[in-house]
Amino acid sequence: MRAFGYTPVRDPAEAVRVARQTPGAAFIAGGTDLLNLMRDGAQRHEHLVDISGLDLASITDSASGLRVGGLARMRQVAEHRSVRERFPVLAEALEASASPQVRNMATIGGNLLQRTRCGYFRDAASACNKRVPGSGCPALEGWNRGHAVLGGSEHCIATHPSDLAVALLALDAVVHLLGPDGPRQVPVGGFHLRPGQAPHVDTVLRPAELITAIEVPRRAAAVRSRYLKLRDRATFEFAVVSIAAVLELRGGRVRDVRLAFGGIATTPWRSPEAEAVLRGEPLTVAAIERAGRVLVRDAVPRPHNGFKVELVQRALVELLSGLGGLR
Amino acid sequence: MPEPSRPARGHTRRTVLKSTAVTAASTAFLPVAAHAEAEANVVGPSAIAPGESAEITLSVNGRDRVLTVEPRVTLLDALRERLGLTGTKKGCDRGECGACTVLVDGERVKSCLTLAVMRQGSDITTVEGLADGDRLHPVQEAFIRHDAFQCGACTSGQVMSAVACIREGHAGSPAEIREWMSGNLCRCACYQNIVDAVADAAREVRR
Repeated sequence: MRAFGYTPVRDPAEAVRVARQTPGAAFIAGGTDLLNLMRDGAQRHEHLVDISGLDLASITDSASGLRVGGLARMRQVAEHRSVRERFPVLAEALEASASPQVRNMATIGGNLLQRTRCGYFRDAASACNKRVPGSGCPALEGWNRGHAVLGGSEHCIATHPSDLAVALLALDAVVHLLGPDGPRQVPVGGFHLRPGQAPHVDTVLRPAELITAIEVPRRAAAVRSRYLKLRDRATFEFAVVSIAAVLELRGGRVRDVRLAFGGIATTPWRSPEAEAVLRGEPLTVAAIERAGRVLVRDAVPRPHNGFKVELVQRALVELLSGLGGLR
Repeated sequence: MPEPSRPARGHTRRTVLKSTAVTAASTAFLPVAAHAEAEANVVGPSAIAPGESAEITLSVNGRDRVLTVEPRVTLLDALRERLGLTGTKKGCDRGECGACTVLVDGERVKSCLTLAVMRQGSDITTVEGLADGDRLHPVQEAFIRHDAFQCGACTSGQVMSAVACIREGHAGSPAEIREWMSGNLCRCACYQNIVDAVADAAREVRR
């Protein structure tokens, strides 16, 4: 790893100030993604601002919802009683992520900011528009088995690797930020950016801006929620396809359904059109299959990842028929 | 209702030690080269400029150890190269294999993904700190009994991870052990015997 400077900070305002004043600065908390990116040369920082000592790790549950501090650890959130009871999809997504050691270290804020696992991005010797803007995207015609079929552009088709973000998207969570211009809130659905012309910009986060908390609105229906993650080995692996679903049934009909997808798109992916197919309808395998077809209507498969188009539709049937008690 | 900042089930003493250590860290931090960040100095410990080192104190296996490191030195390298504690192994050096697993404030972490400067005031336990004199830890005993290794490169990480896995209550069945030991790879593929050893040690600890 190249040499870098280090500043531990004690409060969020100081963190933002130091990050803004120090050239080439980045925040470090868990460090589980950042240090590998710096080792690999995928990211370079002259200075790390250590925010791990900030008082931003608490989890509170109130009438309006759940508020998770940006520095809460993955394990801490997954073990929290309110999370397990009221938002099982969150606990499931977290426990399907990484390894127990990493979940003891990695923070919720850092999880949303983790960068793609695309091998071309992680390999400093490869061209990559996300790492070096304008250098090209070898994944388009190269080894793209793990890549996105939705939300891509001719510049990048890398998937976002977070399981947590997919679950948060299904729950309409809101990201709380603190930056040089003060605090602001961004819905998690608007936090990650599709690559478009500028794949090097992953999120709407501004320089020196810090994730202070994630807020998950209270939703009674979230008690019936689940995360399904399909991967190349049983555990400790990123998703090939994943789905977070919240399902509310009344008299066999879908009163409300929220679906978010991982592994198939360049960002955590929500499909309002697929949800609309199901809403108000009796929950049947045929209806779920119709929703799945709508989900992948605009899919752009590549030579090696076309199987995801079929796989995600089957996964949707599997998840919703289980969640809806169809079998 | 605020929750503790980190999960620390069954480690009340360590949690207490840790919260007092957070304040101690700022005074224990002696920068070799002060960085021109006057404002930051007022409210917290001093910064370290790129390329410079600082003297830090790590509490390893119950002993305070003073060492001088650059910010980029991982806890793994600090333990092995500076403190001579080579029981902790460097496998992949990128958080994937688990050979470098140590306990920090009772929780298992990957020391290759941890910066030493960030763990001042924490209570670090390595495989060298498990045994009580000549008496091996029950997990170490179980690994020997079940022949849960071949080359041994992953073993100290497996053992440290298993100690935490059992303490967390995630060793109730072979399937649960496989899931919750998944952060530790064994290229000799001794998994069957490792699972048996962890299950056996868990029974012993519960006894």
